[in-house]
Amino acid sequence: MQKGLDLKAKENEFRELKEFIDSKRDTKGILMQTLHKAQEIFGYLPEEVQKFISIETGMPMAEIYGVATFYTQFTLTPKGEHTIGVCLGTACYVKNAQLVLDKLIKELGINVGETTEDGLFTLDATRCLGCCGLAPVMMIDDEVYGKLEPKDIPDILNKYRK
Amino acid sequence: MLVVEKVTVTINGIEVKVPKDYTVLMAAREAGIDIPTLCYLKDVNEIAACRVCVVEADVNGRPLRNLPASCVLKVEDGMNVRTNTPRVREAVKTNVELILANHNRECLTCQRNGTCELQKLCNELGIEDIPYEGEKRPQIVDAVSHSIVRDASKCILCGRCVSTCTKVQGIGILDFTKRGFETEVAPAFNHSMADVPCTYCGQCIQACPVAALREKTNIDDVWQAIDDPDKYVVVQTAPAVRASLGEEFGLPVGTRVTGKMVAALRRIGFNKVFDTNFSADLTIMEEGTELLGRVKNGGKLPMITSCSPGWIRYCEMYYPEFIDNLSTCKSPQQMFGAIAKSYWAKKAGIDPKKIVVVSVMPCTSKKTEAARPEMQVDGIRDVDISLTTRELGDMIKQARIDFLNLKDEKFDKVLGEYSGAGVIFGATGGVMEAALRTVADILTEKDLESIEYKAVRGIEGVKEASVTLPIDGVDTEIKVAVAHGTKNAAKVLDAVKSGEKDYHFIEVMACPGGCVHGGGQSHVSSKARLDVNPKVNRANALYEEDQSMEFRKSHKNPEIKKLYDDYLKEPNGHLSHKLLHTHYEKKEIYPLQNEEEFKELMEQLI
Repeated sequence: MQKGLDLKAKENEFRELKEFIDSKRDTKGILMQTLHKAQEIFGYLPEEVQKFISIETGMPMAEIYGVATFYTQFTLTPKGEHTIGVCLGTACYVKNAQLVLDKLIKELGINVGETTEDGLFTLDATRCLGCCGLAPVMMIDDEVYGKLEPKDIPDILNKYRK
Repeated sequence: MLVVEKVTVTINGIEVKVPKDYTVLMAAREAGIDIPTLCYLKDVNEIAACRVCVVEADVNGRPLRNLPASCVLKVEDGMNVRTNTPRVREAVKTNVELILANHNRECLTCQRNGTCELQKLCNELGIEDIPYEGEKRPQIVDAVSHSIVRDASKCILCGRCVSTCTKVQGIGILDFTKRGFETEVAPAFNHSMADVPCTYCGQCIQACPVAALREKTNIDDVWQAIDDPDKYVVVQTAPAVRASLGEEFGLPVGTRVTGKMVAALRRIGFNKVFDTNFSADLTIMEEGTELLGRVKNGGKLPMITSCSPGWIRYCEMYYPEFIDNLSTCKSPQQMFGAIAKSYWAKKAGIDPKKIVVVSVMPCTSKKTEAARPEMQVDGIRDVDISLTTRELGDMIKQARIDFLNLKDEKFDKVLGEYSGAGVIFGATGGVMEAALRTVADILTEKDLESIEYKAVRGIEGVKEASVTLPIDGVDTEIKVAVAHGTKNAAKVLDAVKSGEKDYHFIEVMACPGGCVHGGGQSHVSSKARLDVNPKVNRANALYEEDQSMEFRKSHKNPEIKKLYDDYLKEPNGHLSHKLLHTHYEKKEIYPLQNEEEFKELMEQLI
């Protein structure tokens, strides 16, 4: 079982979320916005945060959990400091994106959807990122890396390792 | 007068005029045409999910795209609907085959074998083969709670339970989680039903067309007790059971089978066949006295009934601020057990430790209530095993008893003696009416003849009434309210909380309609519900029994009088408190592993 969130250390974060919910009290259909905000604040949506949203909005836990598990942009497990998204869209795929991904899996020692033990990287496989001319492509946070070859990977990762 | 605009539609060549807010499904019924349904539950779940009710249609010659679902397709003037074309038949069959491809088809050993709506549909559609074999949802059965078993391998994702819990009961324990092939109707964080703030009312079981949600069965425990020569097994039956048990044997909904039920229980092998109605009468003596005490002595008001264990859980979890308003009375099920193992055991000369008390209840929450730690006296459990009406039906079948041809028999003496007031406990408003019959007599010191309080009867969600009664010589208006279904209970409690309403006495039953429509009653299919209202039919059966009784007020029950004269001495006395009263406490909902820290945090943020 996942370790509980350190609630004492997160008081300000909860306060920020509460202020957001308070500002939307009169609006209908605020669950999606609230979950986005919560994920932006906490990085993920642990049970403590969903229970908090349930208490503050009066929505049933099952409904919140249902929405949080329906959309892939929400995650219930903590994300790393940096998120790597390797494009496996058609253009990238035919340009050997799989080899790039394999190299990342080997270098990071984790599979797709997982986070490194040091909490630095989360590895995702994505659909088309919309810059097929640069295939194969990956993104780290907001940075795009194009025309990749597996041998480029270690140097790129080192930039984030400081 | 409200004039509803009507439109003319043609269905399979038959012209019908129907109100314009009708769906094609309802219009087809008017035309005598049966459209199959599966996810449809009238007024509760109309979401066009299963695609079993699809039809071909055009409006004034302009065909509608694809095959619309008739459960949500509104009628229009000039609409022409066809329900029996090759295209419709093929589509419906394929849709059901696709549902079956991911359904655990262990029909022969399934609890719903014979009452399954999917099984019946397959039979009607002539499904002979399931061409789509592929991956299936794994069978993980959650049977941890005392009351409700969830088996996702049988779930067909119709959403009937989700809508019932959310819209009818106002709770929302279950919802659709994840997506695509992994979609599962489950509680938040896939918690066990044992760990979620569920009242165990079992309305989800009533809504489920298959066996994805079902009661935890205790039939084998009962057989074991009966077969044990060292045990003395007594059974009590709740009032509502007699109004539904016949349905297990094909009788119309709401057929009263009291005498046959008693005969069947005797043949099953119970040593004594008693009636929860006896302890319902006892409840009125205790609860009525408690109410008078609170009114006269400035106690906590409004007082709220405590018979329904689903309601008690609801109050403990969602409205803990009303716990002091709850009557301290145990429910009739528990009172019965406590009296059977004390007063009656002594009278009969039987060691209470050898007595096994089995209860037959219209309820799934009673199983959890019987297991509550506080429901015991000096280490002896009040009730040992609690069965549903459906389980009793199963036991009668297992014992090969020809139920329909049984001759009526009477309950055994002493704890089988009851008044008409005890019987009506099973319908919403019944406890209130029974209490008023007794309280009015006590206060007026008369044997009042007008005893039917019709204002508290019926299936209106919230009912109110007031009676003027002399309290300490002063005519006082006693204001009462009756709510059934937890969503209605919430409405009443919110109104009390805001000061908008004030009452002396409130009756709450967790299930819509009260116990007659409890989660443990016989299944009535979605289709059958279009023709009969189980809440009404079964309640009528109880009011009919009430009228047939010699005694119709709890305090007139001669065995209740004797119980007080010989043993308890007085209502709310010392012994009553030991045996018949209890306490309730706030229950945390979705407790976290760091719950204490969470509470501190919540306080910090205020």
